[in-house]
Amino acid sequence: MESAKDYFRREVRWRPLEIAFWLAALLPFVAAPSYLSLASQVAITALFALSLDLLVGYAGLVSLGHAAFFGVGAYSAGLIAKHYWTEPISALFISAMVSGMLGYALSHIIVRFRHLALIMLTLGFGLLVHEAANSASALTGGADGLQGFRVPGVLGFKFDMFGRTAYAYSLLVLFVCFLICRRIIHSPFGLALRGMRENATRMPAIGAPSQAHLRKAYTLSAIMAGIAGALLTHTTSTVSLETLSFGRSADVLVILILGGAGRLYGGILGAIIYMVARDQFSGVNPQYWYFWIGLLLVAVVMFLPNGILGGLAKFSRRTSSTSASARS
Amino acid sequence: MLSSLAGVLFDGFAYGMLLFLLSVGLSVTLGMMNFVNLAHCSFAMVGGYTTVTLAGKFGWPFLATLPMAFLAAAVISFPLERFFFRRLYRASDLDQCLLTIGIVFISVAAFAWFFSTEQQSTQVPGWLQGSVQAGGMSFAAYRIFLIVTALITTGLLIWGLEYTRFGAQVRAAVDNQRMARGLGVDVDRAFMLTFALGGGLAGLGGALSIQVIGLDPTFALNYLVYVLIVVAVGGLGSVGGSFAAATVLGISDMAGKYYFPWLGAFLIYLVMVALLMWRPVGLFGKR
Repeated sequence: MESAKDYFRREVRWRPLEIAFWLAALLPFVAAPSYLSLASQVAITALFALSLDLLVGYAGLVSLGHAAFFGVGAYSAGLIAKHYWTEPISALFISAMVSGMLGYALSHIIVRFRHLALIMLTLGFGLLVHEAANSASALTGGADGLQGFRVPGVLGFKFDMFGRTAYAYSLLVLFVCFLICRRIIHSPFGLALRGMRENATRMPAIGAPSQAHLRKAYTLSAIMAGIAGALLTHTTSTVSLETLSFGRSADVLVILILGGAGRLYGGILGAIIYMVARDQFSGVNPQYWYFWIGLLLVAVVMFLPNGILGGLAKFSRRTSSTSASARS
Repeated sequence: MLSSLAGVLFDGFAYGMLLFLLSVGLSVTLGMMNFVNLAHCSFAMVGGYTTVTLAGKFGWPFLATLPMAFLAAAVISFPLERFFFRRLYRASDLDQCLLTIGIVFISVAAFAWFFSTEQQSTQVPGWLQGSVQAGGMSFAAYRIFLIVTALITTGLLIWGLEYTRFGAQVRAAVDNQRMARGLGVDVDRAFMLTFALGGGLAGLGGALSIQVIGLDPTFALNYLVYVLIVVAVGGLGSVGGSFAAATVLGISDMAGKYYFPWLGAFLIYLVMVALLMWRPVGLFGKR
């Protein structure tokens, strides 16, 4: 008989494939040095998708306005660099705190609603923050974005033009956040979140403080999205209004669903595929890029309901069960 | 001051009527099947581009293109409902959102491919171009036409829903889908027709809106928010609620743009969020 402790210990064990994946993340340094700046964009997007995964994939809350937290983190980091100091690590913490506080404040409202009202409220808050940043042009630079600052380096390493430092920095932050996320998911709290995703009425019935759990998940997700935004500011030395746009909220949802929600690696895999594909194809015209994204979305929803990772897991289960039955 | 107030009220009401036409179909279909259709404005775009093509390329008179805009959008919504949406009625909100956002993206790119990304325009007949003087104020003739068209449509819609057999079936399905099925109402057929009707009304709205808010391929995304606001605030499945919400939204948007231009769309979003927090099921929603 397996005890609860054994269960969590088994869950949290590292699988060989995971270790191989993170080692492969180091490959761009040697294999594709000219794509390092793209790689750092991928890492940032992956972190953003990971933060949304906590919400959509584990807690089961839909969000159409997650870019609000990404953008708030990006603007906080930009304002700190412009007006105060350019040391990035402390700025990263402060930006995470700022977007975390916004997330905490909003979570009190968000977790009470379901279905269309939830979708509309997340959309509404996203648009509100976007409009606020657009109107407060004295502070944020309005539609032109925040410019005129430069973050020289991090921890003594200068940001070089090949993006080597930028990628190392983004990858390291992504990895640390991933570890924290992984720990959260495999804790009793993570299990409670999954329980609420599966049955929102039964969890409170067995005594789980479901609204408090959801608030916590929402705040954590906002913090991580803020970190991703701050990373983008630090590695590109500019903040555009686009970081808050509905398009970015939709993109990150697409990325997560494409990779597979509720699987930790789904967002990362989705970010790799999406960003590399966009880099390759969007040179023609960004308008037509969305045609393929749309087609991909329709195809994923119709044929791969759990994303690429979900499809792979199903495939591997099927092959292993057929080989097992062949053996017996 | 007073005359400017009346002007804002009039323009806002006309704008609200446009939003009502664009969104009423979504309200009914959402109330019926709980299907979150974010692609509703793509149907409006189909109607708008039908009018532009017929009037521009084939020289049809503007008024004759309007029924065709309705038909084109309704006809296109049939296969979409049959082959895509129907499979997801029992799926999660997230899947429905994603599928329909995918369709929005495809439609945006497709219209950009066929019609370029430029703003489209169309020629309206002379008697709709000027303005009418009354009581020391001038009212744009086109906006009067818009209001009259919307009111006639609303009247027809309410008559159809309240006094016909088909309307009774639709109302039964909105109130309690399982019960309606149990009583032998063909809910799927009723829904298919309602869906086409809603798509057609959006197409008509899209055609009428060219003159007021313009038409380019991003229409499906830009006005999606407004349409969703009308539906969410008005309450699902409620024609009267959509009418009231669209009027309030149109007038407050016009007033906001006129009196507080620096606020931009901020006011609208704030009103929506506040209303939803106060009444999550909308002003006239039952569930």
